[in-house]
Amino acid sequence: MNLTLRIWRQQGPDTDGTMTTYEVADISPDMSFLEMLDTLNEELILRGEEPVAFDHDCREGICGACGMVINGQAHGPERTTTCQLHMRHFSDGDTIDIEPWRAAAFPVVKDLVVDRSAFDRIIGSGGYVTAPTGSAPEAHATPVPKAAADTAFEHAECIGCGACVAACPNGSAMLFTSAKIVHLNSLPQGGPERESRVLDMVATMDDEGFGGCTVTGECATACPKGIPLSSISTMNREYLRALRKGA
Amino acid sequence: MSDVISVSSYLDYTTGDALVDTKVPGGPIAERWDRRRFEAKLVNPANRRKHTVIVVGTGLAGGAAGATLAEQGYRVVQFCYQDSPRRAHSIAAQGGINAAKNYRNDGDSVRRLFYDTVKGGDFRARESNVHRLAQVSVEIIDQCVAQGVPFAREYGGLLDTRSFGGVQVSRTFYARGQTGQQLLLGAYQALSRQIAAGNVEMHPRTEMLDLIVVDGRARGIVARDLITGRVDTYLADAVVLATGGYGNVFHLSTNAKNSNATAIWRAHRRGAFFANPCFTQIHPTCVPRSGDHQSKLTLMSESLRNDGRIWVPRQAGDTRSPADIPEDERDYYLERIYPAFGNLVPRDIASRAAKNVCDEGRGVGPGGQGVYLDFADAIARMGRDAVAAKYGNLFEMYERITAEDPYRVPMRIYPAIHYTMGGLWVDYDLQTTVPGLFAIGEANFSDHGANRLGASALMQGLADGYFILPATLADYLARTPADEVPADHPAVSEAVFAVTDRLYQLLSNNGDRTPESFHRELGELLWDHCGMARNETGLRKALDRIPVLRAEFWERIKVPGSGTDLNQSLEKANRVADYLELAELMCLDALHRAESCGGHFREESQTPDGEAARRDDTFCYAAAWEFTAPGQAPVLHKEDLVFEHVHPTQRSYA
Repeated sequence: MNLTLRIWRQQGPDTDGTMTTYEVADISPDMSFLEMLDTLNEELILRGEEPVAFDHDCREGICGACGMVINGQAHGPERTTTCQLHMRHFSDGDTIDIEPWRAAAFPVVKDLVVDRSAFDRIIGSGGYVTAPTGSAPEAHATPVPKAAADTAFEHAECIGCGACVAACPNGSAMLFTSAKIVHLNSLPQGGPERESRVLDMVATMDDEGFGGCTVTGECATACPKGIPLSSISTMNREYLRALRKGA
Repeated sequence: MSDVISVSSYLDYTTGDALVDTKVPGGPIAERWDRRRFEAKLVNPANRRKHTVIVVGTGLAGGAAGATLAEQGYRVVQFCYQDSPRRAHSIAAQGGINAAKNYRNDGDSVRRLFYDTVKGGDFRARESNVHRLAQVSVEIIDQCVAQGVPFAREYGGLLDTRSFGGVQVSRTFYARGQTGQQLLLGAYQALSRQIAAGNVEMHPRTEMLDLIVVDGRARGIVARDLITGRVDTYLADAVVLATGGYGNVFHLSTNAKNSNATAIWRAHRRGAFFANPCFTQIHPTCVPRSGDHQSKLTLMSESLRNDGRIWVPRQAGDTRSPADIPEDERDYYLERIYPAFGNLVPRDIASRAAKNVCDEGRGVGPGGQGVYLDFADAIARMGRDAVAAKYGNLFEMYERITAEDPYRVPMRIYPAIHYTMGGLWVDYDLQTTVPGLFAIGEANFSDHGANRLGASALMQGLADGYFILPATLADYLARTPADEVPADHPAVSEAVFAVTDRLYQLLSNNGDRTPESFHRELGELLWDHCGMARNETGLRKALDRIPVLRAEFWERIKVPGSGTDLNQSLEKANRVADYLELAELMCLDALHRAESCGGHFREESQTPDGEAARRDDTFCYAAAWEFTAPGQAPVLHKEDLVFEHVHPTQRSYA
């Protein structure tokens, strides 16, 4: 199929960007979206132009590196990561708009690459259990009810891609932050730091410039891993509980 | 073959001194790790912050090591090329992690895990290291549970396990099909805590491009900030490489697109011996390539072989759709050749058998590079729901990639490069032949011999990072005089010049071929001649071609853009340049090892029924190669392997 691509090109963080139009021909429906961009980039290199910069790595939907807004939707029309989106979901002659994640807390680095390091700082402020190497008790010393373990796992599946922030009209990171809080606060191992975790992570989230939550739900709709919207209300309850305890 | 003219100088390699000092402590094997730890010198807690340790890579090994060293009080400076340490490729491991907990009371023990790993490695690993790995395995599970890793659990609240990779005990702990992700996030969170506390200076999007060696000791690295293009030096008391394997030399593999061999190859060029580069592992159940645009391959858990039946058409060139091929015109070749094990033969045997039937023209799908994995019988026997409960997520993944519904149409699979057992040679302390340079995880050659068992990569990465390296590194730091390297030391400027000069050459060449085109061509060459089955003629052909291709690379490479901002073509070109050197060493190693063992199958060395024939009389050693000069033949150093506890046997699955 032949396609028209309108891609956001921006040389660096401090320069203005623009939508630039490219034509690509003979795109196979079996290609992934990123392989389609690879094809364009090979042509650009041979023409002596700079290829379109985009983040990607595992290309199997688990590392969370890739992500672009495709025709206005984070990761495009299917509920998956950009690397697992295939061209069979597009038609010959289509025009496709491709933009970076748009959020105040995710400044553009170049073209489709953004800076998501704010996520790392949110995790660093409390998204862990303090358990230095060697200090662990025998693994079976604390049984964990299967339901709690399953809830923890379901929220631990977050890949940190940032689609939730990009999809949110407020640029909020509530789904990302709540996923880690629900993961760890569901487990007995996370108990001792239960209050400080939610207070500190929410404070960091706010400091990093993410917007507030108005329960639009776009985040959970865009999430390629299906982190449930209910995790946000769980986090809110954890937050209130921690405030009342005065931790 | 008469038309082959040898141009590779690599064939003139020489054999140097044997590697004798492996630092393995004496005494009974079960007491050696204790003994090593007791004999190790310790660093006074108050002095630890005076020591700077560089850790390159943030996967299971690097993430665990960085967090642990920082917890102990050392000053850690850590690097990863990804935008966040959480994205290292350990995250993609699916199956699980082995540990000799014996929670099932099914006869497992440290000794059995040790035995299985030595045997699984086809008797090409160092016994003492493997035994220590099995010992440490039990502590890893404790550590990860304490961190909040959500392992699968049973209704009583205890940890669930499954059996994996054909072993007879149930010792694999897992978190659905995302065990690697959950273990990595555990290490990443511990590391994040240390970053926030100021104990780890983290440099994401920064790639190591050279090693700095001063007076024979590793003292730092040269690294490039991928956003600004700045090339900087970082100096330290020791350097730890946790940069993963080199599977991407094949272009198409299950590795992440940006995983690369530059750190270990640059270290090799600075004096670290590279051991067993030809030991690469091929995974039999990957989604086949769909065309020339293919950029990487996706693995699907080999648990699929428990219920799927593998077949190809009996006749070559049969292009009918699978539903139109009657039962008696199908060849269930694994069940036919290996009636006892059938579809569950080990990875390498299943892979080679698939290659053989495809070479006979009986492959299916685009380009004839695939075989069917058929669940029709399983669905008839267990019901669709039971199959969905067991394999639903894998079927979904397959359908997303291929747009074919495996409940109705047989899956197509083909083998792909998955893991590299070879890597930098390390002694018992995980130290390379360059003092002060350590290699952990897949980056080193230790523990797996010629073949790695399923669910053992995660175990080794975490064992090295959490428990082994922190102990042995302390000993090195305590025994080594603390002195500072001046930033203007000639060795430092020389390394920086070498890096910047090479980047300049790549940027200024203005040729007519892309980095990707060279990578693809090299990968195809290696896959054909140094892939699933190797022979002397093919390896000699590859050894002739690689230097020519390398010369062509430096003549015709085209890299647009500048070196002063994010330039992904430049990153790629720089990595491909190193693959073009590493590939030659792999082929030489494969040629010199005229035996079959584990993942290395030499067609000249097989039993009458087509099985791999090991030659213990000649090749019972690890081959550690020493770099001499660019384009010049390396020197081979052998580490003889002695098996005191597990007696070498020839495996048979017929």
